[in-house]
Amino acid sequence: MSEADRTSEAIAARVKALESMLIEQGLLTTEMIDRYVDIYENEVGPQLGAKAVAKAWADPEFKERLLEDGTAACAELGIGGGQGEHMVVLEDTDEVHHAIVCTLCSCYPWPVLGLPPNWYKEPQYRSRMVRAPRQVLAEDFGYEIPETREIRVWDSSSEIRYWVLPQRPPGTEGWSEEQLAGLVTRDSMIGVAPIEAVS
Amino acid sequence: MNGVFDLGGTDGLGPIEAPPAEPPFFQDWERTVFTMQLSCMIGGWFGLDSFRHGIELMDPVTYLSSSYYEHWLHSFEHHGIAKGHIDPDELDRRTQYFLDHPDAALPVHEPKPQLIEIVDALSTHGAPASRPTEAPIGFAVGDVVRVRGVAPLGHTRLARYVRGKVGTVVAYRGSFVFPDSAGNDRGEDPHHLYTIRLEGTELWGEEYADPRTSSTFDVWEPYIELVRESEGAGT
Repeated sequence: MSEADRTSEAIAARVKALESMLIEQGLLTTEMIDRYVDIYENEVGPQLGAKAVAKAWADPEFKERLLEDGTAACAELGIGGGQGEHMVVLEDTDEVHHAIVCTLCSCYPWPVLGLPPNWYKEPQYRSRMVRAPRQVLAEDFGYEIPETREIRVWDSSSEIRYWVLPQRPPGTEGWSEEQLAGLVTRDSMIGVAPIEAVS
Repeated sequence: MNGVFDLGGTDGLGPIEAPPAEPPFFQDWERTVFTMQLSCMIGGWFGLDSFRHGIELMDPVTYLSSSYYEHWLHSFEHHGIAKGHIDPDELDRRTQYFLDHPDAALPVHEPKPQLIEIVDALSTHGAPASRPTEAPIGFAVGDVVRVRGVAPLGHTRLARYVRGKVGTVVAYRGSFVFPDSAGNDRGEDPHHLYTIRLEGTELWGEEYADPRTSSTFDVWEPYIELVRESEGAGT
């Protein structure tokens, strides 16, 4: 049986076989799996990036620090960790829109966005986002960006982890950071969706 | 190496399917595989760069048709077997056993607080890839550079779509572990890292590029050569 034809049951058995060997070697415990998974299922996710974005919208000095050194500014909020050791935040403006991709694998800023969605890791997005970003955003994500606005795609080829600081929508003057954070989605920080307008 | 994993600019792969929400893990075994990456690193099977290379060495048809965590599993097996940490026959034998007895118990084991400590430290602080180097910084923001038009064997981050292309240095990032060395198990060999911007028209041609788009790409010093210095240089 080739690897390409493996059923879910066959993969599960293969994983369990390797798991048993790693347990015997003292490198893995079921408790370790529970802890590591719990962190990324329940603690780390896009709500953390949203918190940083909301603070940047509300506090110009924090925004300056966030754009200057994303890792240090996030650490002020207790946000940081694996796959976010070297974060660079990209500010969207009326003139320029940013989006992130990893054409070679699946690099993604875990501490602020959590683990990447499947589509980010799959060949379709990774192949086309650099070649035709305006078309991908419009056709695949329904995000129309006028040709007057430049698009910059950041291919995460190193350990620098990029993510997007979207524009604060009009109509949110006087909102609290918590209210603002509620507007910020994972996709807006990847750069494939706008922040929904406030009515 | 030139492989199918190097996807930037590949055509014909179809539309992106992006559901509005999805869980981090779909199968229970994915949770185990996710954690095993740490186990293998603790056991010295690979670093992050050689882990990636283990995925790149997959059969290309399997690479394109299998799921993300199957890619990870492949790299664990590749390095575990190649470096003598696991016996492939034993792995096959146990796989068959668990296929025949899916509910069979795992080996009895005690919790290991030191493993939990590593999990907590890594998820809180990570493991930076920046490393000092004595080498002078060879390029400045604003320099126009050409990405070397070479096709290295083994692991590299020199994606095909940028090779031979001309861009502008937009940032200096510090010095970092060099994947072309670490990913081939030849040590960290740190080099300076820059971000360069390449116009869509340079990458794909005037008639094929989306209007007013560019890509940025991170390059280690050996990936680029000077075309001309920044216009502000030396003044």
